[in-house]
Amino acid sequence: MGHASRSLRFLAVAAVAAVLPTNRKAAVAADSAGLSAPAAFAGIADRSARSQALFGEVTRVLLHPRCLNCHPADDTPRQGDSAWRHDPPVARGTDDHGVPAMQCAACHQDRNLTHARVPGAPDWHLAPRSMAWMGRSAGEICAQLKDPQRNGGKTLEQIHRHTAEDALVAWGWEPGAGRTKAPGTQEEFAALVRAWIDTGAVCPPQEGAR
Amino acid sequence: MITLKVNGQEHPVDADPEMPLLWALRDVLGLTGTKYGCGEALCGACTVHVDGQAMRSCVLPIRRAAGHAITTIEGLSPAGDHPLQKAWVELAVPQCGFCQVGQIMSAAALLRATPKPSDEQIDRSLAGNICRCGTYTRIRAAIRVAAGIDAPAEKAL
Repeated sequence: MGHASRSLRFLAVAAVAAVLPTNRKAAVAADSAGLSAPAAFAGIADRSARSQALFGEVTRVLLHPRCLNCHPADDTPRQGDSAWRHDPPVARGTDDHGVPAMQCAACHQDRNLTHARVPGAPDWHLAPRSMAWMGRSAGEICAQLKDPQRNGGKTLEQIHRHTAEDALVAWGWEPGAGRTKAPGTQEEFAALVRAWIDTGAVCPPQEGAR
Repeated sequence: MITLKVNGQEHPVDADPEMPLLWALRDVLGLTGTKYGCGEALCGACTVHVDGQAMRSCVLPIRRAAGHAITTIEGLSPAGDHPLQKAWVELAVPQCGFCQVGQIMSAAALLRATPKPSDEQIDRSLAGNICRCGTYTRIRAAIRVAAGIDAPAEKAL
């Protein structure tokens, strides 16, 4: 008995603590630093490279848990900063709004609920499968974002309007109940999308594609 | 003043527009069939129908329910003989019974949308209704009986 066994016991306790559900919020530190403004990219002389760099900054929002959790590649939304599976178990359904008796709107209201902590915004629902971001690289997400076959038939201008004005997108910066907010503000995010479009909407290379 | 249309009857309710519908149903209108479980939309005990859709009344502000057709267990079938209610009796589904109103209201919303559900569809649609007695197998069996998939005798447990 001695130092070694005490250390082992400590490690065992630490290991158990690490998997307790109450600790899952601390498992991942979500990116919550501010966004760089388009002007910060002015030093990149090459227009195409600048556009790609701007999209890189845009993905800091797209890949943030507040946005990513409802863009899964399967039929289950995620929750929290570690993206655990939605509890209670819910399913996408045929229209991305849930299944009978388990519609998203059965619980999610048009605004956040302070007391029950249920997040809410108008028309709460999952992004369609064709707009899944989870597990995809910035290049892949960029390509599908620009593809009208997969983006709901949107032009780049409509995508900009969506990022600037959509109420469900806006929720990412007002998630309520102490949730980590998406980086920056919706206005700053939309300005980056604007600058990316204005520089040719060039996608990063699809390295790491699978 | 907010007017709530519950089980076909209009009720003027003088309350905060943010009051959850469950409070208005139970404490203002005296319709205590709908139960309070968790108050956070996590257990399903408070399920009612709004325009035929299952909703968790514990988180639904009355400002959003106003002008819509609300159905509670008292109004599901005035004589209490909805096929689900009959199947629930035939198979003696409830144990303590507290969650069963929510279970039946969710099942009714499922059968309205999907008259002959598969077991997987039943499980998915009832996944938000928790039963601490663990009557899930009888709930599923009774839904199958109510849907006409099984005859009651085959599924008596």
